[in-house]
Amino acid sequence: MYRNIFLFIVSFILLGCSSSIKTGDIRSYDTIDIGRVKEILLPQQALDSSWPESFGFGRSASKADIERWDIDVMPDGRGLPKGKGVAVAGRSIYLVKCASCHGQDGSGGTYDVLVSKKGKSIGTYWPYATTLFDYIRRTMPFNMPGSLKDEEVYHLTAYLLAANGLIDSVDVITQKNLPSVKMPALANFVIDDRKGGPEIK
Amino acid sequence: MTRRQLIGRVAALGLVLSQNPYGRTTQAGGLPLTELDDPTKKLGVFPGKIGTRSTFEKLEKTTSQTSSRSPLQDFHGTITPSDLHFERHHGGVPVIDPERYELIIHGMVEKPMKFSLHDLKRFPSVSRISFLECSGNYRGGNEKLTPQQICGLTSQSEWTGIMLSTLFREVGLKPKASWFLAEGGDAAVMTRSIPISKGLDDAMIVYAQNGEAVRPEQGYPARLFLPGWEGNTSVKWIRRIEVSDAPFMTREETSKYTERVKDGKIRQFSVVMDARSIITFPTYPQVVERGWIEIRGIAWSGRGRVTLVEISVDNGKNWYPARLQEPVLNKAHTGFRFLWQWDGRETVIMSRVYDDTGYRQPFLKELQDARASRGGYHFNPVTPWRLKPDGSVVLADAVPRIRSNRDK
Ligand code: HEC
Repeated sequence: MYRNIFLFIVSFILLGCSSSIKTGDIRSYDTIDIGRVKEILLPQQALDSSWPESFGFGRSASKADIERWDIDVMPDGRGLPKGKGVAVAGRSIYLVKCASCHGQDGSGGTYDVLVSKKGKSIGTYWPYATTLFDYIRRTMPFNMPGSLKDEEVYHLTAYLLAANGLIDSVDVITQKNLPSVKMPALANFVIDDRKGGPEIK
Repeated sequence: MTRRQLIGRVAALGLVLSQNPYGRTTQAGGLPLTELDDPTKKLGVFPGKIGTRSTFEKLEKTTSQTSSRSPLQDFHGTITPSDLHFERHHGGVPVIDPERYELIIHGMVEKPMKFSLHDLKRFPSVSRISFLECSGNYRGGNEKLTPQQICGLTSQSEWTGIMLSTLFREVGLKPKASWFLAEGGDAAVMTRSIPISKGLDDAMIVYAQNGEAVRPEQGYPARLFLPGWEGNTSVKWIRRIEVSDAPFMTREETSKYTERVKDGKIRQFSVVMDARSIITFPTYPQVVERGWIEIRGIAWSGRGRVTLVEISVDNGKNWYPARLQEPVLNKAHTGFRFLWQWDGRETVIMSRVYDDTGYRQPFLKELQDARASRGGYHFNPVTPWRLKPDGSVVLADAVPRIRSNRDK
């Protein structure tokens, strides 16, 4: 049964995204009868009547518990905090906090190239602008992870998008408009279609 | 190590006689016992609180800033000693106090919950022997490469923990739940999006590895474990699971862990590890003698069981089945052996695996042609070894020949 559901989900993904992936398209579960989900959720030994409805281990997570860690941002903008950023302010922060590893203008540093027209960079390879905000806030600068304020992250995001020619250098990036920044690489993304069997893919 | 160094070491150690019962090394290293202390004339060491590895054994991972590799050529059997398990992390190994550890599950669930390590250990538990492999696990282009350098980012353990489905059952999934975010508590705050289907199928939250707590490098005190999937998705130090109706498109599933394929396309969510095998003996830098050689290696598939490993000892012209070590487990490193008499002439030996989906491990050129790509993530090519008349072994180029005895 797991297999059927898996295939089902996979086929949904494939149908929804034959050319490129739009987040909203990757749905699947909504058509599964929830009554059956219960059944699916029971691992083999649980079908044995000895499993209680709930073990009752663990405690309920409060809103505060969740907010403490819930920092992810989704492509449709879910999870973005309030705030805005501009490239010129981002550039100043970048020079102080990022350039030592990523180069004066986003390339030529010791670590990942962030700005370039060729090869892999945010401009050529990243399919979603929201990922940039999420990643910088989550773990950069590498030597001081999680130290940036949301406002700084917005400025840095605006700077790196502008430096890659994805937005205009005077554009203001906000919670509202970040998800709609057009990322050219998105058109190239396809979902994995390897599935075992004799074909080499 | 050069042969001279090797023999020098053998002379220094003497005991290699019993440690390494094959090849020229043994014969060159046969030394009279008088050069050693006679252990029967000297009281030995008493029992200790922690066992030790023989000081004659020099097993080591090779390290870089971002990873360390298992010494595949030095292993016998398929369980990786925990201290030799490969490592790949993006922000170093965190120190996490198990007393303060918590796993939060929230999002599209009926009851958002948090679980302590103690809570997790109370649930019905399961154990599973399975490999874990980084998807960026192929190196070539130089004949002086060991299996460790070519594909040392794969290891195998017995993992113990609970099924993720047990926890999903506890929190209750909402009808729209179709993906979840797994997030680690390290400096990278590592995140990956996983389809709920995998979560309900064979995903585990594991707290033990080879009978003891998971090692810090492998995710202490608890990690996600997704059998058969690329290592990065088995998020270590897991602290948060957010159930949602869409993937999150994190950096590790967009900028990284995606690969360029034909026509300028970029393949995403390519998470399953395709079948692969590698000969681990004889390989560089070992030196062998003509005569009987047991060719040994490991084979595995992220899609299921290994059904056949074939060996060629004539550069891919003929293929013969190897003996598989039982039990052949699902999504697990499987040992194979092939007894062969080498006449001392230069030749190329190689292995290739088939899995129970009918997949055959491809040659390098087949992969490169299929993807219009020279390398990158998910490269699992046949790895050929050239035996030279002097007994030295080096990595050879793959020969794109696909007919097998079985196909004829
Ligand atoms: C001490 C060195 C260092 C500093 C300072 C640093 N970074 Fe990084 N950065 C790295 C490393 C190393 C990686 C790759 C990490 C990995 O792959 O796990 C990285 C990766 C990135 C990436 C992802 C690149 C890609 O293509 O996937 C972005 C974006 C980024 N850094 C932005 C920043 C920003 C913005 C700053 C300043 C706030 C910054 N970094 C400061 C070392 C640094």
